[in-house]
Amino acid sequence: MQTKRTIFPNKWLPYALLAPQLAITLIFFIWPALQAAKSSFEREDPFGFRTTFIWFDNYARLFADPMYLNSLWRTLIFAVLVTVIAMGVSLVLAVAVNRLLRASRIYTTLLVWPYAVAPVVAGILWWFMFNPSIGILSYVLGQLGVSWNHRVNADQAMILIVLAASWKQISYNFLFFVAGLQSVPASLSEAAAIDGAGPLKRFFTIVFPLLSPTTFFLLIVNINYAMFDTFGVIDATTSGGPAQSTNILVYKVYADGFLGLNIGSSSAQSVLLMLIVIVLTVIQFRYVERRVQY
Amino acid sequence: MVENRPWLNILTHAVLTLGVAIIAFPVYLAIIASTHDGGAFLRGVVPLLPGPHLLDNYGRMLGQGMSTSGAPPLTLMLANSLLMAILIAVAKIAISITSAYAIVYFRFPFRILAFWIIFITLMLPVEVRIIPTFKVVSDLGLLNSYAGLTIPLIASATATFLFRQFFLTVPDELMEAARVDGAGPMKFFRDILLPLSRTNIAALFVILFIYGWMQYLWPMLVTTDTKFYTIVMGIKRMAAVADADPQWNLVMAAVVLAMLPPVLVVIFMQRLFVKGLVETEK
Amino acid sequence: MAPISLQGVKKIYQGNVTAIHGLDLEIGDGELVVLVGPSGCGKSTLLRMIAGLETISDGTISIGGSVVNHKEPAERDIAMVFQNYALYPHMTVRQNLEYGLKNRGTPRDEIDRRVNEAARILEISPFLERKPRQLSGGQRQRVAMGRAIVRQPKAFLFDEPLSNLDAKLRGQMRIEIRRLQRSLKTTSVYVTHDQLEAMTLADRLVVMNAGRIEQVGKPIELYDRPASLFVAGFIGSPPMNLFSLEALASASGHDLASLLPVGTDIVGIRPDSIAVDGEGMTLSGKVELIEPVGGESHVYVRLEAMEQTVTIVLQGRPNLAEGDWLSFVLPVGALHPFNKGTGLRTD
Repeated sequence: MQTKRTIFPNKWLPYALLAPQLAITLIFFIWPALQAAKSSFEREDPFGFRTTFIWFDNYARLFADPMYLNSLWRTLIFAVLVTVIAMGVSLVLAVAVNRLLRASRIYTTLLVWPYAVAPVVAGILWWFMFNPSIGILSYVLGQLGVSWNHRVNADQAMILIVLAASWKQISYNFLFFVAGLQSVPASLSEAAAIDGAGPLKRFFTIVFPLLSPTTFFLLIVNINYAMFDTFGVIDATTSGGPAQSTNILVYKVYADGFLGLNIGSSSAQSVLLMLIVIVLTVIQFRYVERRVQY
Repeated sequence: MVENRPWLNILTHAVLTLGVAIIAFPVYLAIIASTHDGGAFLRGVVPLLPGPHLLDNYGRMLGQGMSTSGAPPLTLMLANSLLMAILIAVAKIAISITSAYAIVYFRFPFRILAFWIIFITLMLPVEVRIIPTFKVVSDLGLLNSYAGLTIPLIASATATFLFRQFFLTVPDELMEAARVDGAGPMKFFRDILLPLSRTNIAALFVILFIYGWMQYLWPMLVTTDTKFYTIVMGIKRMAAVADADPQWNLVMAAVVLAMLPPVLVVIFMQRLFVKGLVETEK
Repeated sequence: MAPISLQGVKKIYQGNVTAIHGLDLEIGDGELVVLVGPSGCGKSTLLRMIAGLETISDGTISIGGSVVNHKEPAERDIAMVFQNYALYPHMTVRQNLEYGLKNRGTPRDEIDRRVNEAARILEISPFLERKPRQLSGGQRQRVAMGRAIVRQPKAFLFDEPLSNLDAKLRGQMRIEIRRLQRSLKTTSVYVTHDQLEAMTLADRLVVMNAGRIEQVGKPIELYDRPASLFVAGFIGSPPMNLFSLEALASASGHDLASLLPVGTDIVGIRPDSIAVDGEGMTLSGKVELIEPVGGESHVYVRLEAMEQTVTIVLQGRPNLAEGDWLSFVLPVGALHPFNKGTGLRTD
């Protein structure tokens, strides 16, 4: 791995420089992760006196548990919907901003700030709008003949968390799409225009293909976001309900472990989640961004 | 732009205006709600135009908080959030820049192992190791403390990678010239590398400040003492109460206050924000 | 001011790649020695070993009589001028010049005196409060020089300091470096791949090839008596013409072998030693190309019998056209005899 041509000769200084980061990583990241892996193979008796090693029992139970499979399925639906909506809307906005010259800065400022809104706050904002008794959107839907109550209707609960989670992610995708669009050479579009391609045709045949590295990068990042960073959205809106319909994996780990105190099962879920993150990270680094070079 | 078709320009502005409206509407409602009194929410639908109680609501929240929710005044929670966000941002930058410096400017046994250990943190978000991490913090006696709120969050692979990437672009000769000029490793770091990293540090600070401010799950786990509540986690408790006993005006005042600091940072430091975001992710 | 002595110096990289093969060189006090050679010949590595930026695998390097092998660059009391100048971009010119002095704890009034003196000599006083990015390439080059001279070190080390400048500025700075070094009388080691720069600057020239010294000497000595085929080809522009002895003898009808030392199988002749008339071996061929460069002209003549092209430098503007048939004379006394196997000169 790369270093400078000449290096400082000190023997102990680099270790001292690395020590804080490594200590925190080992104590608060790696050790707990190993603990999670260990308890995922154990069962604790109800009083916490005795633990038994039970091999893959916890995992076997999980995959036999309809609630877990349901959670997996719900997570998939949620992640796909959030990714598609957040990326689709932001691509349209980015293409529009990219057509403008002077006004683009103002629009950009007006579109990026939700990045700074915490997921839980985003959840509360949308929950407020869809509140069955006083929410403006549930009121409007009621006037249109749709009875809205996400406390009892599973699909409506899913729509609510998808909207809240997507709303917050649009700004992030927008910025990356704008950056991606700006790196598409204008001369290519101009050449296509001279060849007689109209704006739509130019977008789909020239710009969008050249944007594919950005699109793929965002795809991974959005799936990652939907799966792991939306805890606050769920906790503020549906708390996983009604009837488990919005109980996505990351919320279920918390609910089973912290509220349900089922350590073995929760640990097994943690390990499975880690595997998902590892796969996503590896894909991101191998195929998307060459962030690490040797 | 290749051509100038009037209908396309109108469409562009229409799309963007609609986009901005959709993005802004939830926050507009929150701001409006925070200017009414509690009675305004008993009529069945939320008001859409400003009311006269803005100062009352914000004054009350900042001064006393919502007594029914058991949360402290917002002033305290805002201060805690600010402290937590700044501590996290500063500490992340400090330990990451020194790590990157060690990895780029020195060669030593286990250098690559150290790099991979830092890399692994990317794959272990707190959400997937909640219980054992909580246990470690509790065993160390760090529950209900600023240390417990911040230290477990300050390891940062992305910041380390950003600095490493930047250091690799600094010409080798600069370090050689400094050595010839009699600067040792720490002097070179302080006199040359740190000043050159200014923009990167600032951009990273913006991103990490927002990251720290937005923390929700972790503060919720490690604080039970209201003295350490942050605004983002405190809001949830208020909202839960508000649903039963409509005090939407007060909750939305809290929501607006919780959003305001990081949103202002994004708006007024947009250039640094964009740089930090795009570069840490690339 | 101090002599520099290199004894049996070797550089072996990891994986047993040898960059410098046991090299000896004595550089006298106040002398300007130029290391020249093609890229990858080890000249920069050698300079960086003297500076302390590369470790020394074997042998010793002494500066001013004391061995510096394990000393940090700063402890060797040398100053270095880098190819890309390596000015600290966030510091003003003045701060750049002061940095090394401050690190050594030089008193404030002494720092000011030296900085102002260096600025005056290099004519950079008007820019002292500017940042490097506000300066032109030539001005940055001067600041880099200034940073070296304020230190008043035992030796200056120059690592291709002029190669980032355009041709005109390079010529000017070359003269200035020469003048400055003469007046300061500081021992200097100068690395370049430009043989013209090497010839004009050096008190003594060291030609390096593949980690070894090919020849050391005054520039004009190297031009007049290159010790090896490599030096013959490297020094001089346009380069020396080289012929196989056998082919030349048969083409010219001269019994060359009896005139030259035993073992000679290659002979060389400088393009400016060839004339259109006079005593010597006469050859003729078709003029392929004429390059008028001003005061002289480079004429390329194709010798069909020997299947090679010979370069001739003629003064003024000869009355020739491409395609003309030209007879010319090689004076036997101007031939440089070499042996192909050893690559060395035979007389």
